[in-house]
Amino acid sequence: MIGGLFIYNHKGEVLISRVYRDDIGRNAVDAFRVNVIHARQQVRSPVTNIARTSFFHVKRSNIWLAAVTKQNVNAAMVFEFLYKMCDVMAAYFGKISEENIKNNFVLIYELLDEILDFGYPQNSETGALKTFITQQGIKSRHQTKEEQSQITSQVTGQIGWRREGIKYRRNELFLDVLESVNLLMSPQGQVLSAHVSGRVVMKSYLSGMPECKFGMNDKIVIEKQGKGTADETSKSGKQSIAVDDCTFHQCVRLSKFDSERSISFIPPDGEFELMRYRTTKDIILPFRVIPLVREVGRTKLEVKVVIKSNFKPSLLAQKIEVRIPTPLNTSGVQVICMKGKAKYKASENAIVWKIKRMAGMKESQISAEIELLPTNDKKKWARPPISMNFEVPFAPSGLKVRYLKVFEPKLNYSDHDVIKWVRYIGRSGIYETRC
Amino acid sequence: MTDSKYFTTTKKGEIFELKAELNSDKKEKKKEAVKKVIASMTVGKDVSALFPDVVNCMQTDNLELKKLVYLYLMNYAKSQPDMAIMAVNTFVKDCEDPNPLIRALAVRTMGCIRVDKITEYLCEPLRKCLKDEDPYVRKTAAVCVAKLHDINAQLVEDQGFLDTLKDLISDSNPMVVANAVAALSEIAESHPSSNLLDLNPQSINKLLTALNECTEWGQIFILDCLANYTPKDDREAQSICERVTPRLSHANSAVVLSAVKVLMKFMEMLSKDLDYYGTLLKKLAPPLVTLLSAEPELQYVALRNINLIVQKRPEILKHEMKVFFVKYNDPIYVKLEKLDIMIRLASQANIAQVLAELKEYATEVDVDFVRKAVRAIGRCAIKVEQSAERCVSTLLDLIQTKVNYVVQEAIVVIKDIFRKYPNKYESVIATLCENLDSLDEPEARAAMIWIVGEYAERIDNADELLESFLEGFHDESTQVQLQLLTAIVKLFLKKPTETQELVQQVLSLATQDSDNPDLRDRGYIYWRLLSTDPVAAKEVVLAEKPLISEETDLIEPTLLDELICYIGTLASVYHKPPSAFVEGGRGVVHKSLPPRTASSESAESPETAPTGAPPGEQPDVIPAQGDLLGDLLNLDLGPPVSGPPLATSSVQMGAVDLLGGGLDSLMGDEPEGIGGTNFVAPPTAAVPANLGAPIGSGLSDLFDLTSGVGTLSGSYVAPKAVWLPAMKAKGLEISGTFTRQVGSISMDLQLTNKALQVMTDFAIQFNRNSFGLAPAAPLQVHAPLSPNQTVEISLPLSTVGSVMKMEPLNNLQVAVKNNIDVFYFSTLYPLHILFVEDGKMDRQMFLATWKDIPNENEAQFQIRDCPLNAEAASSKLQSSNIFTVAKRNVEGQDMLYQSLKLTNGIWVLAELRIQPGNPSCTLSLKCRAPEVSQHVYQAYETILKN
Repeated sequence: MIGGLFIYNHKGEVLISRVYRDDIGRNAVDAFRVNVIHARQQVRSPVTNIARTSFFHVKRSNIWLAAVTKQNVNAAMVFEFLYKMCDVMAAYFGKISEENIKNNFVLIYELLDEILDFGYPQNSETGALKTFITQQGIKSRHQTKEEQSQITSQVTGQIGWRREGIKYRRNELFLDVLESVNLLMSPQGQVLSAHVSGRVVMKSYLSGMPECKFGMNDKIVIEKQGKGTADETSKSGKQSIAVDDCTFHQCVRLSKFDSERSISFIPPDGEFELMRYRTTKDIILPFRVIPLVREVGRTKLEVKVVIKSNFKPSLLAQKIEVRIPTPLNTSGVQVICMKGKAKYKASENAIVWKIKRMAGMKESQISAEIELLPTNDKKKWARPPISMNFEVPFAPSGLKVRYLKVFEPKLNYSDHDVIKWVRYIGRSGIYETRC
Repeated sequence: MTDSKYFTTTKKGEIFELKAELNSDKKEKKKEAVKKVIASMTVGKDVSALFPDVVNCMQTDNLELKKLVYLYLMNYAKSQPDMAIMAVNTFVKDCEDPNPLIRALAVRTMGCIRVDKITEYLCEPLRKCLKDEDPYVRKTAAVCVAKLHDINAQLVEDQGFLDTLKDLISDSNPMVVANAVAALSEIAESHPSSNLLDLNPQSINKLLTALNECTEWGQIFILDCLANYTPKDDREAQSICERVTPRLSHANSAVVLSAVKVLMKFMEMLSKDLDYYGTLLKKLAPPLVTLLSAEPELQYVALRNINLIVQKRPEILKHEMKVFFVKYNDPIYVKLEKLDIMIRLASQANIAQVLAELKEYATEVDVDFVRKAVRAIGRCAIKVEQSAERCVSTLLDLIQTKVNYVVQEAIVVIKDIFRKYPNKYESVIATLCENLDSLDEPEARAAMIWIVGEYAERIDNADELLESFLEGFHDESTQVQLQLLTAIVKLFLKKPTETQELVQQVLSLATQDSDNPDLRDRGYIYWRLLSTDPVAAKEVVLAEKPLISEETDLIEPTLLDELICYIGTLASVYHKPPSAFVEGGRGVVHKSLPPRTASSESAESPETAPTGAPPGEQPDVIPAQGDLLGDLLNLDLGPPVSGPPLATSSVQMGAVDLLGGGLDSLMGDEPEGIGGTNFVAPPTAAVPANLGAPIGSGLSDLFDLTSGVGTLSGSYVAPKAVWLPAMKAKGLEISGTFTRQVGSISMDLQLTNKALQVMTDFAIQFNRNSFGLAPAAPLQVHAPLSPNQTVEISLPLSTVGSVMKMEPLNNLQVAVKNNIDVFYFSTLYPLHILFVEDGKMDRQMFLATWKDIPNENEAQFQIRDCPLNAEAASSKLQSSNIFTVAKRNVEGQDMLYQSLKLTNGIWVLAELRIQPGNPSCTLSLKCRAPEVSQHVYQAYETILKN
């Protein structure tokens, strides 16, 4: 199990050091600093073995979090724990920075004591933790006995993520379908790989212990229902999507999903990520990038890039950015674009072309002349791919929320009384076209 | 809110100031001071001097302050055990507190204080907390048992905490169950034999129920524990799998990977014909792919595991090639792992895509990655024959880029392609030769030289090319030198007229001017070959080479099976068993996949049979002899012992009662006898390094030849027998025999690599034995032993090693080490290898000795079915150093009086009575150490009958 947990700043100074196991000594703190943080070479692995001690690390901005062990621990669990640790810290005091960590070091020690016991991760749901660990210190004096046992039963209970007795005057929920669409395209326009990784994020302000059921246009579900009534298949001729795989927040009853493919759960209060999913079939690629790079002699490159938007003309894409890499020996760049603004950024070795808004089924073009310094470097320029960023108001996977039903048998509000909001946002993930 | 100020106090006299503040009456000030102390502790300052002052703050109502003090205590209690006792009272009191959070805090902290005296006081509160009404306290107490066990295992057993912990597995609260499982699993690891977890269908059922209800971490503990269970049959395995599969949709990757581990393991028990088996295979792919959208560190863990899974069950991901395509912004560790998996998944169906990708990668920035990509192209060519041509042309394109490391890497892989498809792509040689000058890495130079030598007849200026390398011969690495030597000899055999001078030059460079024994030996072998029989030389040097195998870097199957049992853990990340990186006894229990059960096809494949042994029970190769085995284990596997026996005392101790009167003689009171055997033959078995397979096999012919010649003058050599089957030695098979030729004993070994992994770093060591046999030279296996390759080695032995009487007398226990592990086996050596050349006794002496040895030492044996006459027998025995001193004919019977001397100076006198016409003869032996008689008789029998 995890033997110790250290947090360092970018210089390698220790901000937090908590040792859980006797086999980890103080020298482990230094070993990691010397061998990883101060290592000359770029880090080649997130797991490092130094003198039979294994170090797992993740970095958040310039803060290093390292878990140490001498045993054959579950490596996936250690990383999951480190991420969770970051989430918990962020939920308590915002951005993970040296300043914030120093300001909250007592709190962090308290959290570490609570969520990791003898190196075993314990309940790390922020909702539950916040009931008894706060930034203002611990609320212990004023608790009644009932409150205390409520805390402990929540921390250890089956529904560790929600406490009882939550009340709202207005029952409301927000569903965000957030997708990032990933593409790798060959210069000839052939799709080498494309997938959407999506998340359904829910923000719920519901009273009591509501039972929720979430439905989407999952192909398997639709087909199953189709079998039941023949007419419905014709009626629901609308598109369904094939989900390659999905994972759920721990509140979702997985066995029920496995057997009936229904997504039912009691949600945590506030914001949480209900599910993640991945699709690879029938993806709507919002943009197509057509590159044309021509080498004119040894000292000049001509680049022409066309982007085409490929969605309903009534919709608007936003925050469009095309990044065209330039060789290291670029001496000067001249750009002409029909729309938006384009700039050569020498420090990033790229031409960055920004367009604020663009409607569907449109086309835009940029052309650039790149002057090169003559070099005798034998190695050719690696031609990194052209990458794109954008945001579109639909789900490129085609996912649609069909329903989210809420049942709360004990309180007197029904599904109709709940105000529901659904929003779709498609963003670019790694959206690259080779040139 | 601005706690950061505590980090900035660096004044002198700080400790003194803190002391004053800690003793302040004001609560706030106290708290501030403790915070400062903790901040100093964090950055590594020694604040242990404040111990009493901090502990004094412990009695407080302020929970936050209390926690800080506890934190301090956990850090410094060990250094101040006497002071720590002061804290006990507070702990005990807190364990009775009405607030469950405080009770739990006390028991949690107490377990972290590793001071014996505190531990004593912990038992009672812990017992209460384990039965506390509040689940939060119980779940904390469960972990505390593991803490206590780490400090004092005996105490935990004596106090009966283990039973209480076992009871908690049936607790109503899922988190308590999960923590109890975690604690028990950890404790069980340090007691591999005990049946602590006692997994049975009932307890498994409880765990599976808890699995649905507990936190993500608890699910991991439970799944990891489930993976240690072996279902009794395939039906049970299937029902567990069915209940575990929903976990594959969990958002926590560790839960997914642990579930994959359980499924991969239990799948082993399912019949492949089962519908469920196919369903399960299909269910496994999507979650594995999803892991690749996790954060990079987790991707890395996932990819290392997928690498194992792809090797174990390639069918799972065979259609998922695209997801392993490298993204430009992937961290380098993710890129390298993806590349590895791409090669494993490459097949005829997807090769075009893969190649296009690889070509793209070969132009990237990171040198390691580019090299690996180039190497991958070569691997594709070897793996998918249809693509070979395209791969070769891609490689040629890359060579044209003239990027130094790309060119070198490409040449190394092209050499392998030539090995796989001989006489097919020689047209590219010209292009390769153009780049000769830019090669500066030994591997690339060696590869290029190999190519030039191999295709010397088609390269017009092969002699010039090779000559150019010869100039700096002594500055080259061994790899290149050996290759150059072989290449020039090849060239000479192909074009003898023009290259005589060149070959002379290289042979003299290799044999006369080199300090490297490998090089010298190879040089001499070639020299002798060329000078005695050029035809044979041609057959040996230009022999047809075996094709290289397709998969070169697969993990050896038994290791792979073990690693599958460790999916998700560090072992699967390192691709090493836990024993390789975990200290002490923890976690070194070997895990193995369950065998397919009887209800499905039972004897499906022989490989699964050995893994069926119950976990942790390794087959004992050496009969358990207690500390004797310990001795062998402690032997240093470095260079062989060459000095006189070191452990004289133990020899006597072992020998006094066993050998009795024969001790003196056995110990060698005739030093010249030992002296006679001291001559150590130089290692003749210089097996050439590098392209070992072809040349090695060619050379083994050569050795057969010499040993064939040897039998004429040497003693009888038994055919090789298998001493160490591959099953018991992770794929290394050792067979061998013993020989004695002109005064030197050697052990002729044949090592066969039946694993999938290259074996290197061989070493051998003997346990002490009756006649002090010991290796006279290190085990010389020059080239790494690649899969399916066999190497023959003659290991010279001396008889000056440590002596200890063995049972039977001629028992020899051997340890062989390689890069994978150390293996032990024992064998019996024939005694006649110990018969020395000067064993002929003078007649008078013989008579006197015969009389001198008491009659009770005489032993008589019948040798049946041996229709030899006296002449023939005598000459046969003589060649094995049994000398006929006198011969008589008494009543139609031939009486041969013979003598022999063992390496340790023991004389054995014999009378062999042969009756013409009667196939049996009678052997009477007289010796001062009668226990050797039996073995001498066996030696007689073997010699006479062969």
